[in-house]
Amino acid sequence: MEILVASAIGILTAGGLYLVLRLRTFPVIMGISLLTYAVNVFLFASGRLTVGAPPILSDATTYTDPLPQALVLTAIVISFGMTAVVVMIALGAYLGGDDDHVDDPTPEDAV
Amino acid sequence: MIHWLILPIVLPAFIAPFIVLAARYQIGIQRVISVASMVALIGIALGLSWSASDGSILLYQLGDWAAPFGIVLVGDRLSTMMVLLAAVLALFVLLYAIGSKWDERGRHFHALFQFQIMGIMGAFLTGDLFNLFVFFEVLLIASYGLMIHAGGTVRLRAGVQYVLFNLLGSTLFLFALGAIYAETGTLNMADLAQRVQLIDEGATVGIRVAAVLLLMVFAIKAAVVPLHFWLPSSYAEAPAPVAALFAIMTKVGAYAIIRVYTLIFPPDLAVTAGLHGWWLLPAALVSLAIGMIGILAARHLDRLVAFAVIGSMGMVMVSIALFTPEGIGAALYYIVHSTLAAGALFLISDLARAGRANLDLTAQPPMAGANLTAAMFFVGAIAMAGLPPLSGFVGKLLILDASFDTAQMVWVWAIVLGASLISVVGFARTGSILFWKANSVEAPEDAPAVARPSALSYVAVGGLLALLVAHTIFAGPATTYTTAMAKQLFTPDAYMTTVLTSKGKMSDAKSQGDH
Repeated sequence: MEILVASAIGILTAGGLYLVLRLRTFPVIMGISLLTYAVNVFLFASGRLTVGAPPILSDATTYTDPLPQALVLTAIVISFGMTAVVVMIALGAYLGGDDDHVDDPTPEDAV
Repeated sequence: MIHWLILPIVLPAFIAPFIVLAARYQIGIQRVISVASMVALIGIALGLSWSASDGSILLYQLGDWAAPFGIVLVGDRLSTMMVLLAAVLALFVLLYAIGSKWDERGRHFHALFQFQIMGIMGAFLTGDLFNLFVFFEVLLIASYGLMIHAGGTVRLRAGVQYVLFNLLGSTLFLFALGAIYAETGTLNMADLAQRVQLIDEGATVGIRVAAVLLLMVFAIKAAVVPLHFWLPSSYAEAPAPVAALFAIMTKVGAYAIIRVYTLIFPPDLAVTAGLHGWWLLPAALVSLAIGMIGILAARHLDRLVAFAVIGSMGMVMVSIALFTPEGIGAALYYIVHSTLAAGALFLISDLARAGRANLDLTAQPPMAGANLTAAMFFVGAIAMAGLPPLSGFVGKLLILDASFDTAQMVWVWAIVLGASLISVVGFARTGSILFWKANSVEAPEDAPAVARPSALSYVAVGGLLALLVAHTIFAGPATTYTTAMAKQLFTPDAYMTTVLTSKGKMSDAKSQGDH
């Protein structure tokens, strides 16, 4: 299972980085979403992978670390809100400037 | 337990929704509430600084749960001073925003401003790395709103860059936190400081990666080269009062570096040896050089100030990267100076806008109220370039003195002094184009008469400049205090004992043998 989770994080990160480097708002936002998925799984795995154990101290001998789950919840909520904000701002910039490049315009573009 | 310690976070957190809900359409009431909240914050911050000034560590356990499982706020000399600095800067910026009517040009300025302050205060006071992340997000999301305040395509475009860059930074922060948690099983700073010492020498890969990732995140915030690219266009396009408030945001990055890399990864820790001297110092020297060259090369006044921020952050980071008590002490003195000077310069660049078509560095007819604006620019530029007699000079002297005995002395001295010369030339050129050459340009016949900036705007800028003068006059007591602060940072035992051994709710339950 470790190899599955690890490669999933790796592939999500690689895909996200590739999309971020496309420098147009839609791919960049998609790329950042992929990166946040990757980081969510990564955070989740930071408490070690345990199957079928409750995330609470009980009489059972094994339990899952509950803290990363709380951290992931916070991270998900924050990244969700942030993505919504960036979509709105990017939409405003695109509709106002009729251009969806993320980088600064070159002198030729500005003409 | 002192409940006062959480007030800098709670007060703006309550004021902001109150402004939105109760005073949505009354800008006058919003202004009164906002200013009153800032004045109250300064009072609270003064009280906190006073109680921390004897070297005691203020601790607040949320819900009375003890660390490391509960969330704690910690106020030592450094945190309380940063809180006070942020509150003072915010008050003057707010006065300027009211005086120049920037707050009327879009909606929810005052509410976002309060949320921004809440995030900044939280970042300074928290004793927990994950909460540092959360407060970073709070201050960022408020800053996104402030950054695009009053709209406009160019500003929105710069806003998109700013938001995207910071989203990447946040993702990196979470990766770093995950790695740290996986290696140590805790995110409380005091607890981390103890556990990192215990890590087996053969298994340090994870924690080293985490330390570097975390440094990168804070370097993005502090705009250290090569992670500074977001700063010039976002700060230049942001509304002037917002850019002035952002002067404290780069300092949040510097604060986080000081806190984490003296407490958790101190310079004598074998695991992260070389990170401070080998990586941070050269990057800081390069940012200092690039910032100052940018001052000379800038073609717009607002960009020039943005590069001055990068340069002065470079100066701060050079001093931090020495990681000696003297270096950190000098850096803290310079942080106060650089925050006030950068804030003042951003506001002055907005004053210079009155009656000019744009802020290009070309000769245009004199702006309205040119004499007073020119005088203020003169003072601000002297402070920022580090010429005597203002505090920039004192700060630079302290930094040069702190680096005197180190092996990197030649590099530090050469770049600090060379960069200062370049910035002096840059500021002199700008001042003469903006204010002297303007007198040789005839205003067109049909030019509309432009009103001078309001008196309140001048009061706000003058207040910041007066604080700079005070920072120079009382440089003796100020350096004594920052040196004491640095000493406290390098002897973190009191911090760790206070955080980890203070009892909270059910702390005694363990002894009853439940689990």
